[in-house]
Amino acid sequence: MMASSYNAKDEDGHHPGSVGSGGPGAVKSKKPDNTAFKQQRLPAWQPILTAGTVLPAFFMIGLIFIPIGIGLLVTSNNIKEFEVRAVAIATSYSCECASLNNRNSPRTKDFSNVFMYYGLSNFYQNHRRYVKSRDDSQLNGDKSSLLNPSKECEPYRTSDKKSIAPCGAIANSLFNDTLELFYIHPNGSRIAIHLVKTGIAWWTDKHVKFRNPGENNNNLSIVFQDTSKPVNWRKPVYELDPSDPDNNGFINEDFIVWMRTAALPTFRKLYRIIQKKKDNMTPTLPPGNYSLEVIYNYPVRSFDGRKRMILSTISWMGGKNPFLGIAYITVGSVCFFLGVVLLIIHHKYGNRNNNADIPN
Amino acid sequence: TGSSLIGWMMREESWVDSRTVYIGQKEPPPGTEAYIPQRFPDNRIVSSKYTFWNFIPKNLFEQFRRIANFYFLIIFLVQLIIDTPTSPTTSGLPLFFVITVTAIKQGYEDWIRHKADNAINQCPVHIIQHGKVVRKQSQKLRVGDIVQVKENETFPCDLILLSTSREDGTCFVTTASLDGESSHKTYYAVQDTKAFNTAEEVDTLHATIECEQPQPDLYKFVGRINIYLDRDEPIVRPLGSENLLLRGATLKNTEYIHAVAIYTGMETKMALNYQSKSQKRSAVEKSMNAYLIVYLCILISKALINTVLKYAWQANPNRDEPWYNQKTETERQRHLIRAFTDFLAFMVLFNYIIPVSMYVTVEMQKFLGSYFILWDDDMFDEELGEGPLVNTSDLNEELGQVEYVFTDKTGTLTENNMELRECCVDGHVYVPHAICNGQILPGATGMDMIDSSPGVDGKEREELFFRALCLCHTVQVKEEETVDGIKRGIHQGKSTSFYISSSPDEVALVEGMKRLGFTYLRLKDSHMEILNREDEMERFELLEVLNFDSVRRRMSVIVRSSSGDYYLFCKGADSSVFPRVVSGKVEQVRARVEHNAVEGLRTLCVAYKKLTHEEYEETCHLLNRAKLALQDRDKKLAEAYDVIEKDFILLGATAVEDRLQDKAADTIESLHKAGMKVWVLTGDKMETAAATCYASKLFHRNTQILELTTKRTEEQSLHDVLFDLSRTVLRQHGSMTRDTFSGLSGDYQDYGLIIDGATLSAVLKPTQEVTSNGGNYKEIFLEICRNCSAVLCCRMAPLQKAQIVKMIKASKERPITLAIGDGANDVSMILEAHVGIGIMGKEGRQAARNSDYAITKFKHLKKMLLVHGHYYYIRIAELVQYFFYKNVCFIFPQFLYQFFCGFSQQPLYDTAYLTLYNISFTSLPILLYSLMEQHINMDILKRDPTLYRDIAKNSLLRWPTFIYWTFLGVFDAVVFFFGAFFLFDNTTFTSNGQMFGNWTFGTLVFTVLVFTVTLKLALDTHYWTWINHFVIWGSLLFYVIFSLLWGGIIWPFLNYQRMYYVFMQMLSSGPAWLSIILLIIVSLLPDVVKKVLCRALWPTTTERIQTKRQCLTAEQSTIFMLSQTSSSVSF
Repeated sequence: MMASSYNAKDEDGHHPGSVGSGGPGAVKSKKPDNTAFKQQRLPAWQPILTAGTVLPAFFMIGLIFIPIGIGLLVTSNNIKEFEVRAVAIATSYSCECASLNNRNSPRTKDFSNVFMYYGLSNFYQNHRRYVKSRDDSQLNGDKSSLLNPSKECEPYRTSDKKSIAPCGAIANSLFNDTLELFYIHPNGSRIAIHLVKTGIAWWTDKHVKFRNPGENNNNLSIVFQDTSKPVNWRKPVYELDPSDPDNNGFINEDFIVWMRTAALPTFRKLYRIIQKKKDNMTPTLPPGNYSLEVIYNYPVRSFDGRKRMILSTISWMGGKNPFLGIAYITVGSVCFFLGVVLLIIHHKYGNRNNNADIPN
Repeated sequence: TGSSLIGWMMREESWVDSRTVYIGQKEPPPGTEAYIPQRFPDNRIVSSKYTFWNFIPKNLFEQFRRIANFYFLIIFLVQLIIDTPTSPTTSGLPLFFVITVTAIKQGYEDWIRHKADNAINQCPVHIIQHGKVVRKQSQKLRVGDIVQVKENETFPCDLILLSTSREDGTCFVTTASLDGESSHKTYYAVQDTKAFNTAEEVDTLHATIECEQPQPDLYKFVGRINIYLDRDEPIVRPLGSENLLLRGATLKNTEYIHAVAIYTGMETKMALNYQSKSQKRSAVEKSMNAYLIVYLCILISKALINTVLKYAWQANPNRDEPWYNQKTETERQRHLIRAFTDFLAFMVLFNYIIPVSMYVTVEMQKFLGSYFILWDDDMFDEELGEGPLVNTSDLNEELGQVEYVFTDKTGTLTENNMELRECCVDGHVYVPHAICNGQILPGATGMDMIDSSPGVDGKEREELFFRALCLCHTVQVKEEETVDGIKRGIHQGKSTSFYISSSPDEVALVEGMKRLGFTYLRLKDSHMEILNREDEMERFELLEVLNFDSVRRRMSVIVRSSSGDYYLFCKGADSSVFPRVVSGKVEQVRARVEHNAVEGLRTLCVAYKKLTHEEYEETCHLLNRAKLALQDRDKKLAEAYDVIEKDFILLGATAVEDRLQDKAADTIESLHKAGMKVWVLTGDKMETAAATCYASKLFHRNTQILELTTKRTEEQSLHDVLFDLSRTVLRQHGSMTRDTFSGLSGDYQDYGLIIDGATLSAVLKPTQEVTSNGGNYKEIFLEICRNCSAVLCCRMAPLQKAQIVKMIKASKERPITLAIGDGANDVSMILEAHVGIGIMGKEGRQAARNSDYAITKFKHLKKMLLVHGHYYYIRIAELVQYFFYKNVCFIFPQFLYQFFCGFSQQPLYDTAYLTLYNISFTSLPILLYSLMEQHINMDILKRDPTLYRDIAKNSLLRWPTFIYWTFLGVFDAVVFFFGAFFLFDNTTFTSNGQMFGNWTFGTLVFTVLVFTVTLKLALDTHYWTWINHFVIWGSLLFYVIFSLLWGGIIWPFLNYQRMYYVFMQMLSSGPAWLSIILLIIVSLLPDVVKKVLCRALWPTTTERIQTKRQCLTAEQSTIFMLSQTSSSVSF
């Protein structure tokens, strides 16, 4: 991309020569070695950024970035995303049934998985006091940490003189709303859509980073018997998913997902996966009306928070995000434009400079 | 000029106090005078700084006195005390490392000093006690002890010589370890004590010495000795520096001496001289400190802004303490203190903006970089067998900033290899090359002879002239061991013995005389023996020597010939001899002297007078009285000399040639082209110096010379002359635009100024009243100098040289000055200038020892400044700017992140990244860049000195550049942060729908950051050796490997596992890759565009040359490729 010249100095031309007129031994010992390194004459590539050399690079970037950007933008636009603002009408823990409007429903003809997210806004999961309020060794199944959690968990470390498992503010504020999605059949019947609750957490988290204490002891209630549940929880950690022992206790995926603190105060977390139909003939979510049922447990109004439910398909580049595509197109165009400008400059001034008088 | 008379101007310095020393610790006879006993220190030398006990506290104290270390200590302590976002190790570890390495280095150096001290303090000395020789440890020696020193032993303290093994009471001493002069100097015992030769005899000596309190001037000493022989009045004798044997000097050619200790231990002149030199700081360091202060302000304001915003944001209790994120009890209390600790926590979070590693890197760069000077083959001198010396590496980059060069003439511009070219006796010119043993060879007649047939009278005068030169000097004959062969050896002119003197002119004269038939043999029993043309020995009794000094600029001897006639011979500069001449062929000699001076020869005039016995007695009396004076002895001596040295009869003149050093003219021309102003400061006289200046191209043929000399000021008043000159200069100046670069073109009138010492001191006189024009003389003088391309200052005293340097340093542009010289007389200016360069020359090593850099030849200055200085400057400038830039890039995203995490001091990056960013991820590329970078080839830099102007005036570290870099850093940081922000904004970018957390966010920013700052450096690198490739790609690879490893394992010793698989998960996502590439390109784009545009539209000379070379090599390589298709291009 850059014009270059290879400047290989002949190292042989600089040998000291045995003309030394002074005394023999002492003189030679003081004389520095004549290596290319010591004489700062190592062979080197000496590139220079000039308009001429940068031009092709700019055009190349332009030519590569704009198609990539268009591709990204198209991909992003093809992603179907549907968002429901779960307005907290009721403060009671009643069932809130949101009737999904016909028009906005995910009339997806996609045959791929649909991902169900819950979103919170104005929730500072990245607050320092919050981020550090966890004990990773406890979550990794360490027995001693189970009974004696890290100081970082304060003030969610102990309750009733028993250590809390899992300790800390993050675990304590686990999202505990239940979302259910129903397909309203044109004939009026409600068909519950099967929501898969595994595969939502990182594989490494589920299998390595998070581990239940007491290795092979399947009875988690015994393992956790000397601990107390987090104060805000309704049920202890070993009852998070009694139906599936591989999704219970610390390795419950809803829990693991929550424990990965979000980067920004408005975030979404993967809740469930709606798997595609096996036959590959019918769309995952056929067009029609859907109803979302939320068992409302999680209070967000006190901190002006909002809850959302998002249904989204996923492409190779993830969810809907036009930013990257737009950015690529912009940068590509800017580079192309700069390339044109530099071309003009190069033609107007480049020759002048090369012919300019250079004092010798 | 080589005379080492520092400090002759400090004469007003008064006699503060005197000390009385009882020789052999014996009380004087009672009743003579009431002496108050004094206490003196013992003879222990302590050069070490620390003891075993105080090492740790004292060393730590000294290290933390450095402002940067103290700052890091404070940060560390804050981290220890309060709850801060980052662990104390992140700043404690690097600080600990730096402090430990420095402490080990200093401790080792001190241990070596301790060992050396012990070796010196415990070495045995021989003391005479009760008539016996007693062995003692050197440290037990006390003032007043009589010491016996044998040949080749070193004096253990400052001693007054009492007696020697030689009958005449002299001894020879070499002071090589003190001032580097390897010649043997003669010291004299006190006349009345020289008979006390054996231990028993010395013990019977009853005397006291009164002398001044110790002072560091090696060449100055006054005192007197009172000898109580009987019950009579004591005999009082003067003591001078010729009686004082200095600690550190070595006894030579003398079997043994007896001497009495007067200054011991830390009061010896050697110890007083080893006090540390004042620290010089480079301009770059000053800019660096200024930038530091700016960054400290940025840091504090960032912390302050965040603290204020935090409390504003937290005003809502639901934000401060939402239900999901409660505080502990202790956190709820102490509101006022909390605000302060919050501020400190923000400081800690952002403190990486001023990294410890910058100091370490700068130090390492300077230290390692200085090796390139040591290794430079081009600056190695085969003849001396020595290369350059680097005494301090702190000033490497200052070599690239020099604006004024002050150079000595003799030995620096010239070889200081004197040879007698001719002598002129009453107008007859003798050329030693053409004359051999008195036979005038035919070739000599071709010379410019005024009268080719000297008469009988002329013959006599001629011989007197030769004798005068054989007698009037302080040359010693160094005898090789074969004592018998002395006469023959000298006579045959080779090998067995040779002449030594502190002044090479004298050696040249005496050697020239030898070729003209008069051979000086030796000084024996105060008789000077010379061999005349008829091979007859003539003996003259040497009665008095009126030593040379730079004020009188002449020396005289009084001798008595074998026939009993008293002669006073004097030789000296023409200006100091002619006014004292009453007869002789003054006009012819003067014409010849002037002719020679214009040729660039060093001329001396020789005169004599005959004294009657009475006159001699009177002279003796006069001299002794002056010598005995304790107060103002120098002044009284000068007065006495003034009376004695007059009414001369002129004999003739000599001309000694001092050849210009190899390539001196070329070097000076290059320095001129590089925009430096070269001043020659010399003690030599105007005509000679001016001739040298013409020869060395300092003045060109079309240079208009402005003279500011005594000659002119005698005609006009100083005031008028100054105004005349300034008008001349300014008229020229006003008529043209202020374009310094066109100074190279022909139509520009060049000015050269010549000023002499006397006029200069008049100009600089501080009492000078403000003139009618508003400015004082000094201002006008500076204004004139500023418009002259070359200035010659002649007849300078050593201290005046320093004064000039100081004056230029203090002028309003604050230019960077460089002083270069070879002799002891240049030391003061070498110490005064920003950069002092010593030349390892014939006049000893004193200049080299006191300099910052020492080179062997003047011509090496060219490479030193134009190549090494240039390189060091651009390297360190980039180093400093880049360091600040990369830390802005590093810390500014953290600052932005605070706005999105509730100002909770949540760090964006993981602790390992915070710690290692400056230590390992980005440290080596910049260090190696700052060692290897060559933006232009060495040969081009040397060939084209004008490139030096491109970096003049600290151009790469000016505020606009600094602000550009800072804004670039802020821009990049904004790109990193918001790039990641929009990518993360409420969506996922994995293909399995899973979400990333805050650590992935930080890691993404950090990855872009590391790649961007490293690639930014890669874009700035113009010289890619395999080492650069290795460190740049290597450290990127290291970052990737480290991140994989750091996230790949559940680390058992960590209490958090937040980075587990974060890096890998990030890399598994396509958009992460795409955005990393995008953000890197966007961050680098503005800098590339700026560079390309500046190069195309407003290229500097450097850039033009780079471009041109680019084209040339491109063409060459195509030709090369075309012609040699078969050969492969080698890397």
